[in-house]
Amino acid sequence: MKYIDEFRNQEVAQKLAQAIQNETKQNRQYNLMEFCGGHTHAIFRYGIPDLMPDNINFVHGPGCPVCVLPMGRIDNAIKLAVEDEVILCTYGDMLRVPASNRTSLLKAKAFGADVRMVYSTQDALTIAKDNPNAQVVFFAIGFETTTPPTAVAIQQAQKEGIKNFSVFCNHIVTPAAIQSILESPEVRDLGMVSVDGFFGPSHVSSIIGTQPYEFFANEYQRPVVIAGFEPLDVMQSALMLIRQLNEGRFEVENEYTRVVTYEGNIKSKLLVEEVFELRQTFEWRGLGELPYSGLKIKDCFADFDAEKRFNISKINASDIKGCECPSILRGIKKPANCKLFGTVCTPENPMGSCMVSSEGACAAHWSYGRYEKK
Amino acid sequence: MSHGSGGLAMTQLIDELFVKHFDNELLSQSNDQAIFTTEPGRMAMSVDGHVVSPLFFPGGDIGSLSVHGTINDVAMSGAKPLYLTASFILEEGYPLLDLEKIVISMAKAANDAGVSIVTGDTKVVEKGNGDGVFITTTGIGIVPKGINISGNRAQVGDAIIVNGSMGDHGVVIMSSRANLEFETTLESDSAALHTLVADMVNIAPNIHCLRDPTRGGLATTLNELALQSDVGVKLYESEIPIKPGVLSSCELLGLDPLYVANEGKLICICPKENADQLLSTMKAHPLGKDAAIIGEVIEDNNNFVQMKTKFGGTRIVDWISGEQLPRIC
Repeated sequence: MKYIDEFRNQEVAQKLAQAIQNETKQNRQYNLMEFCGGHTHAIFRYGIPDLMPDNINFVHGPGCPVCVLPMGRIDNAIKLAVEDEVILCTYGDMLRVPASNRTSLLKAKAFGADVRMVYSTQDALTIAKDNPNAQVVFFAIGFETTTPPTAVAIQQAQKEGIKNFSVFCNHIVTPAAIQSILESPEVRDLGMVSVDGFFGPSHVSSIIGTQPYEFFANEYQRPVVIAGFEPLDVMQSALMLIRQLNEGRFEVENEYTRVVTYEGNIKSKLLVEEVFELRQTFEWRGLGELPYSGLKIKDCFADFDAEKRFNISKINASDIKGCECPSILRGIKKPANCKLFGTVCTPENPMGSCMVSSEGACAAHWSYGRYEKK
Repeated sequence: MSHGSGGLAMTQLIDELFVKHFDNELLSQSNDQAIFTTEPGRMAMSVDGHVVSPLFFPGGDIGSLSVHGTINDVAMSGAKPLYLTASFILEEGYPLLDLEKIVISMAKAANDAGVSIVTGDTKVVEKGNGDGVFITTTGIGIVPKGINISGNRAQVGDAIIVNGSMGDHGVVIMSSRANLEFETTLESDSAALHTLVADMVNIAPNIHCLRDPTRGGLATTLNELALQSDVGVKLYESEIPIKPGVLSSCELLGLDPLYVANEGKLICICPKENADQLLSTMKAHPLGKDAAIIGEVIEDNNNFVQMKTKFGGTRIVDWISGEQLPRIC
C-alpha cells in the first residue's frame, strides 16, 4: 500500500529504535502520554514497546471516543431505539459498549430495536430518505475528527428538508480533556501520575491544527509532539519528545506534517462553528463534568436536534462496581491494576468501556499486550 | 407456500429444479433417502448451514458456497468426499428464476468437484421469516488408510502452511453489501479443496492438522487449533500472503485481514521435516500456487497465537469477540 507501507518499514524502525536507545538517559524515566486511542492501538498492534528501552513508559490517555462517553448517554440512545422506536444509526465501535443493566446497543438490536451500524453520516441520511415514515437518529460521537461530517449531514438535512432525520450529539473537544488531565490533583499535586510529555492527536489535529496545544506546552511546561497514527510516526515522535525532555524544552512540534498544519482545516472549523456551539459543561466517563468540553447543536438547527425532538433528559448511571475505567482513562492505573481485567471483564464480555474498542487501553492490553517481553 | 407443503407443487419443484439439475442416479430414484455401498474403512461426515448476504457475489453465490463449504469440511480430515445432501429453506415469494440460478451453480460446483448431491429437502417459510434462501448441506467421505488428521494433533516444532492469500472472500462479501459503496476487482476464493488435500496427504500422510479458516479468518482458526492441541503458535506477519486489494480494503474499513473469512483456503500443520516438500506439492496445484509457510507451533501454556510483526515487534493475535467492528478514529 503506497503511502502507508513507507510508514511501517522495519529497517527505518530499527534505526529509530537505535537512535532512541542512544538518546535516552539511563538515569530517568520518560512517561509519555498518548492522548489518542489511535496511538494506543498502533503501539500495541505493531509491538512498539518491544522496540523501546525499558525506561520509556507509555501512559494511555482518554482519547478513545467510545471510552469517555458516560453510560447515561448510551442509556439515552438505547431508550430512543427501544421506546421511541427510531432507527438509530451509529459508528461500529459504539455498538458493544456496555450501558446500564448489562445492556448495549447490540443487545437492544437483538431484542428487536432497529440499530444500524453506519460508516458515515451520509449513510444515516440515506437511511432517512429510504424510510420516510420512520424517525432516523444519528447517534453522533467522537472528537473534532468526526464533528465536521455530522455538521455536513445536519446542513444537508435542512437544505433538502429531510424532516425525519435528527442527531443525538455527543461530540467532544480535545483541549478540554488535556487540560483536565494536567489540572487533576493526581498529576499536579499528588504526583500519582507522571506525564512528562504528550503525543498530540493526529486526526484531531488535522482539523484543529497545532496552535491549540501551545497553551498546554507553555502553561504546564510539557512538550507536545503531534504524531501520526502509523508506527514510524509514533517512534519518530517518541524520539522528538525524548530530545525535548533531554534539552529541557517544552514546545509544540509537529511530526505529522504531511497532514497537520499550524492553523488546521479552516473550512472544517467554520463548518463546525456554523452548526455547533460549546455546552457549558459535559460529562466524561472517568473525568467527570468538564466545562466547555462538549458540543451541542445551535438553535438555528434545533429541528435536527434529537435531544429537543425526543425530550432527552439526563440519565445518571454509575459504572460497574470495581471497574477501574475512570482511573485508567486518566492514566492513574494500568489495565492490569484493575481487579476485573481479564477475570470478569474481557472483550467477549466487557464490563467497562475501555475493554470494548480496540482503541481502549484495556482491549489493547488484552488483545495485543499479553505477550511477555522476553 | 404450496411449494413446501408436500403436495403436487412440491413434487413439481423437486423434479423440475433439483432432480433436473443435480441429475444423478441416486437422486432420480425419488426416495426419501439415498442408498449406496462404500468400501470398508473410516468415514468422515460434516454438516454446514449456509446463510450469506448478498446471495450472489463476485466469484460465487450461496449455491457454490454451500457445496464448497461442506466438501472442504469433509476434506479437512484428509477424506475423499463422496456424497452431499442439500436442505433448502426458502422464503415465500423468492423468485424461482433466482433459485434456479443457485441450483445450477450448486450442480456445477458439485459436478466440478466430482461429488453428487444424492438426497435433499425443501421447506418454505412465510415471507419475512427467512432471508431468501438458506442451504444446509451434509457431506460424507472416506478417509484413506493411514491418515490421522485432527485439530488436537499439532506438536511443538510443527510448521504452519496456508495454501494462498487470506481474507479474499470476506472482503468481497463486505464490498457487495448495500451499505458499503466501494468496488474491488477481487473475487471470492470459494473453491473445493479436496483435490489439493488429496495431493497433500499423498505426499505427506503424516500431516497433523488441516482446517479451513472460514468465519473469523486465520486468527480465529489458529486460536482454535492452539487450544485444541494445547500448544502456542508463532506467526511471521511478513510471510502471510494477503492481496494488496484486501489489505487496502481492510485499511479503509478499519478491519484486520487476519480475522476476515476465507472459503477456499486451508491451514496445514505438519512436521517441520515435511514442510518444504509439502509446500512444493501445494504450489504445483492450482489452488495452492500462492502457498506459504507462515509460522510454527511453539510451547505455550496460555495457548496464545503470537505474531512477529513486519514492523519488528511481537503481538498477540487474539480470539475475535463477536463481529469485527470498525474503529471510529
